[in-house]
Amino acid sequence: MNGIYEVMEKLLPFSFLQYTFMKNALLAILLITPLFGMLGTMAVDNKMAFFSDALGHSALTGVAIGVVLGMQDQMIPMLLFGIVWACLITFVKQHSRMSADTIISVFSSASIALGLVILSRGGAFARYSSLLVGDVLSVTAGDLPLLVLALLLVFVCWTILFNPLLLTSVNASLARSRGIRNRLTEYGFTILVALCVMVSIRWVGVMLINSLLILPAAASRNLARNAVSYLWGSVLISLICGVAGLILSYYLNTSAGAAIVLLCALVYFVSLPLRRR
Amino acid sequence: MNNPKKPIPVPVPGSPRELAACRLCRIEVDHLSVKKDGQILIQDVNLHIHCGELTALIGTNGAGKTTLLRALLGQIEYKGEVRHLTGDGRPAAAVRTGYVPQQLEFDHSSPVSVLDFLAAAFSSRPVFLGISRKVREMARNALMRTHSEHLSNRPLGALSGGELQRVLLALALTPQPDLLILDEPVSGVDENGLETFYQTVSELKKRNHMAILLVSHDLDVVRRYADRVVLMQGTVIEQGKPETVFASEAFERVFYSREGRE
Repeated sequence: MNGIYEVMEKLLPFSFLQYTFMKNALLAILLITPLFGMLGTMAVDNKMAFFSDALGHSALTGVAIGVVLGMQDQMIPMLLFGIVWACLITFVKQHSRMSADTIISVFSSASIALGLVILSRGGAFARYSSLLVGDVLSVTAGDLPLLVLALLLVFVCWTILFNPLLLTSVNASLARSRGIRNRLTEYGFTILVALCVMVSIRWVGVMLINSLLILPAAASRNLARNAVSYLWGSVLISLICGVAGLILSYYLNTSAGAAIVLLCALVYFVSLPLRRR
Repeated sequence: MNNPKKPIPVPVPGSPRELAACRLCRIEVDHLSVKKDGQILIQDVNLHIHCGELTALIGTNGAGKTTLLRALLGQIEYKGEVRHLTGDGRPAAAVRTGYVPQQLEFDHSSPVSVLDFLAAAFSSRPVFLGISRKVREMARNALMRTHSEHLSNRPLGALSGGELQRVLLALALTPQPDLLILDEPVSGVDENGLETFYQTVSELKKRNHMAILLVSHDLDVVRRYADRVVLMQGTVIEQGKPETVFASEAFERVFYSREGRE
């Protein structure tokens, strides 16, 4: 770890990097943002913005379940609950004729309510309110390996899922005629999104996590003309906004997550009039 | 899903493989019925589809044409039998089906180029990691067969109806199918695009001797391009040469008496 820190100090001799928490935060951002930039493209293409929002909310329930079970670290229950919840929403969506946004809304409210009921028992919610906003500056060196693992795992799954997802997003029936199993692909993708949301929710926060997924992809979509520039554009926007937002928040003394999302939104608004067609 | 280890054979235009006749001679549909939620969608459908012929399915909305297509595509469960036979009447192995859907409904703002789209279907290497030269070549050959190689870098959403259908046809032709299913392929396409599309289909039929099944509401197109016509209304109520079916009493009943069309 120290080696990495030294390299960072040599390469980036800026005053804000003299603190270890800033170094950790920067590393975390370099790991998290490309993930969201990547997955965001298909979340936008498959009209799943609302779905990922609901997933973010379910983190609250995951933590609550961990608390009930008396666990110290709530990452495992959060991950498990997120994946189960994502699959459940997808299952109901695939097997019901009700419109997707109604179903998602029901699941989203149910999970927030359940999480709040458990966590607020005895007026103790204040302890968990940091989960709502998140704090990337609280990343420790011990948290980083998990993020590296998540990045690698998601990237590998992503390379397998990308082409089927692309075809499905254009037309599901056509994709099926080419032997693609749409439903399986959809489950795979939702599990990936759940995974990413859960490993980074503590740093980004329930309220902002979805913006990190949707905004860079939405901005890149306005500018791109093909799948390659769309995906890498989205990754680049997330990375730049992530790093710039962190630096900005340091000098302005504000929440880093909020600064990052604000920059993403800015890029989106700039990209809007540049939209092709 | 496409097997990543086995590359899809793409016939180079004019090559022996492309000119080779398909391995299939005819498809026999025998007492095929489809039920959904206790409701009978189609019942006791019997028909033969021959290679080197364009068979047109006609009928009013709800006659079960699309249901039959979906059964043939293996997308829904059915009762009855679908036999794929070779010239000498033996079962044909591994029949490939190409499918051109109805006018695609998709998000036209999606940044997917024609090349991205074809590459995603042809290869398992994720498109965002770049498209290999081999796959580019495959896509170009596929597009050449439907005279649309110039569309390669255009976004899908920027294509006209006719251009899009030709791209979809190029996709359906790779890998070379034995049976090509066209579901109302040119609804909303202008006169010119429609003509080009069916010219291309006729060419393919002659060149590759493939079986083509077409669903269309455009009786004029059917009259001009179909070799055989199958009239459906929950089941097959008339089939044969176009002029025979068009002159039949059943045709009269379905298309004239009820709605007074044409």
